Amino acid sequence: MVKEIERVGIPVVHICTVVPISLTVGANRIVPAVAIPHPLGDPKLEIQEEKDLRRKIIEKALRALTVEIELQTVFED
Amino acid sequence: MGNIRVVHYLNQFFAGIGGEDRADHRPEVREGVVGPGMAIKAGFKGQADIVATVICGDSYFGENTDEAKAEILEMIKKYEPDLLIAGPAFNAGRYGFACGTVADMVQKELNIPAITGMYEENPGVEMFRKSVYIISTKNSAAGMRDAVAKLVPLALKLVRGEEIGSAEEEGYIERGLRKNYFSDIRGSERAVDMLVKKLKGEEYETEYPMPAFDRVPPNPPIKDLSKATIGLVTSGGIVPKGNPDHIESSSASKYGKYDISAFDDLTAQTHETAHGGYDPVYANEDPDRVLPVDILRDLEKEGIIGKLHGYFYTTVGNGTAVASAKKFAEEFSQELKADGVDAVILTST
Repeated sequence: MVKEIERVGIPVVHICTVVPISLTVGANRIVPAVAIPHPLGDPKLEIQEEKDLRRKIIEKALRALTVEIELQTVFED
Repeated sequence: MGNIRVVHYLNQFFAGIGGEDRADHRPEVREGVVGPGMAIKAGFKGQADIVATVICGDSYFGENTDEAKAEILEMIKKYEPDLLIAGPAFNAGRYGFACGTVADMVQKELNIPAITGMYEENPGVEMFRKSVYIISTKNSAAGMRDAVAKLVPLALKLVRGEEIGSAEEEGYIERGLRKNYFSDIRGSERAVDMLVKKLKGEEYETEYPMPAFDRVPPNPPIKDLSKATIGLVTSGGIVPKGNPDHIESSSASKYGKYDISAFDDLTAQTHETAHGGYDPVYANEDPDRVLPVDILRDLEKEGIIGKLHGYFYTTVGNGTAVASAKKFAEEFSQELKADGVDAVILTST
């Protein structure tokens, strides 16, 4: 799906837990997520902490969308 | 039972009528063997007779498919065959299409087995591999002998209703079917054996080949987030509570498009996951853990992003065919584009 979005000319960032799959599938901008059943959250945290964590990941994803890249790039911390 | 009765399908070229200039040849039937039928007949060693050969030009078939099918079916039917053999078509695309179409039709309409042969990149392969046994051939007629050697034994098994072995054992093109079997060696041991071979640089054979993926170059970045419309897409199966469109929990055949313009936050009361490939507890408790509407709404209010697009697109990425996912995204990407979405965040579980 990520490739078809890219193909129409829309930059796309893939937030996913299993980065190697994302690389295999052909996502260009990749942001690692927390865990498969809760990629953008962590049920062990307090609600506010969890929201902060989610916001951090989203901010990283948005940053990835503003960066010029030529090759597949994984945006770590 | 007497000898197996076979009808053979050929194009104008293999029937010796002519090349491209005669590709508009209309369907015709001849008694007995024509052209490559000789080699196939010899391969059967007296166990089967080619009672008739149906010939049609590839262009005629491609351009008048419905008429050609009807005419050809009538011709074949008259001979009351036990089996249809088409081609082999090697790497001839229109011929492959014709062979696959005729074989598929005969199986469905006459309830008899059919078999053909093609080179792996013949477009007929993608079209018919799932419905028709297609012997894997070389890319030209130079591979006729090899093709016949594989075709004849499989054809006999099909007619006799015998068990068909794997694609590799029988020499047909893999049909995308998985068949369960009991192995004496358990999975962990087989996996470790494979890994050891891989590390040693030795040949090994995967039990589950991965599909080939193509690549799309990255688009230029967005310049100003504060003016950008951001769209949300997920393969994590988030849907409005109750899954109104019944997106399947695995092997999804569809995607959903849902309005989020009225939501600041997804909750257990409003949304849930339809995904059957991960523990749904956390996503159902708080769907923002998969589709982060709450944060994006905050960022929108703070002016960090211009706007969160009013709809999100979702499907279940669980055993879903690459071809299906591709088709879904081809459709909704056009909509995203038309709706002026500047960038997309796609989340996967």
